[in-house]
Amino acid sequence: MPAQPSNFRRFVEVGRVVLLKSGPQEGQIAVIAEIIDHNRAIIDGPTTGVPRQSFPYRHLSLTPFILSTLPRGAGTGVVRKHLEKDGTVEKWEKSSWAQRRAAIAKRRSLNDFERFVVMVAKKARRDRVRKTLAKASA
Amino acid sequence: MSKPNGPESQTLTLVLSATPYITDAVEEAPIFPIGPDSRRCAKSTRPIDFKTNRNAMARSKELVPGVGRLSRSSVFARRGLYKGQKKSTKPAEVETPVTKQATVGGDKNGATRVVPTKKAPRFYPAEDVRQPKKSRKAPKPANLRSSITPGTVLILLAGRFRGKRVVFLKQLASGLLLVTGPYKVNGVPLRRVNQAYVIASSTKVDLGDFKVDEKINDAYFAKPAAKGSRSAEEEFFSEGKPKEKAAFPESKAADQKTVDAAVVAAIKKTQYLDKYIKATFGLSKGQFPHQLTF
Repeated sequence: MPAQPSNFRRFVEVGRVVLLKSGPQEGQIAVIAEIIDHNRAIIDGPTTGVPRQSFPYRHLSLTPFILSTLPRGAGTGVVRKHLEKDGTVEKWEKSSWAQRRAAIAKRRSLNDFERFVVMVAKKARRDRVRKTLAKASA
Repeated sequence: MSKPNGPESQTLTLVLSATPYITDAVEEAPIFPIGPDSRRCAKSTRPIDFKTNRNAMARSKELVPGVGRLSRSSVFARRGLYKGQKKSTKPAEVETPVTKQATVGGDKNGATRVVPTKKAPRFYPAEDVRQPKKSRKAPKPANLRSSITPGTVLILLAGRFRGKRVVFLKQLASGLLLVTGPYKVNGVPLRRVNQAYVIASSTKVDLGDFKVDEKINDAYFAKPAAKGSRSAEEEFFSEGKPKEKAAFPESKAADQKTVDAAVVAAIKKTQYLDKYIKATFGLSKGQFPHQLTF
């Protein structure tokens, strides 16, 4: 069988930026510094508050970001340098994935009155859209 | 048991008749594992208060001690007191002396003797009727939930105003919460609610130093006593006609207005808060109360 290029675009590899899905740092991003085996990797997030630790892939999501120049088995200081140079955290926060996550978290934290105000605002927006559309199509 | 009068029972009767320490003999017997004190307690007879209990007892015979055949409400129905209290003049009590002189026969008996008017009963009930224990415990008013402070917007969960958002004013002595819609905003009047049937939201209306009039207490909400008893005849002939509704008392309407004035003024300070209080609460698809923050 001829070797085919993979259909996958994100791989577990050194330098891959990952999102933590569980644990005390849930929702933070970190970088894969070293791959331990097919279950775990050493991750490190010196600028995101994630201490260097071994983490199972089950509880990680791969993001499209990667520090391609990160050497294998880099220590915390090197990882920090690469993260800051690349501006990964800013890139992540600007991504629609991170923004959607933030929006969902914000919605969840609203109290009853704030939910009501959101409802009123959405109604107002709907009304304006409908009216403008009617005017434009008339 | 073919021989009921075996040698053992014979010896027991012999012992009983022979020795003067009857009680001791019984106490030593293994058939009374409980101590002598507890036995005495069980034997103590408290007189049944037939005087206060007579009417209830006559209709509701005791099934077992302390439990009547009829419920409290069915005894009430049978007594028929709702038709109006029976009024009968009590006959004047004739005082009978405790003792009286009685003539006695026999030469050596002194002809007369002071004897009690009423003979002491010759028999005592063989089995003691246990009186139900009277509880001296009274429920305490509930402690106010810490999330409820004056001005908190509450969501009512039960009653005819369920789903309404109301403003908490204060806790009454009974432990119930005094709330108002305000009436002008969402139609909920000054009302008492149990805090168990309420969701406390984190939204607060700043009432400042507004104090509810002291006259609005638990008694304020008590139903006025029904005026007279309508005769059965009148009731029969008025059937089908709607009962004339008593007008809402002017004074209460005025109280509502004074309270509402302060609360509405506070509500107006926040945008959308009046709309929010006017709207009713409900869960939409995918919303679960335990996952929401209020």
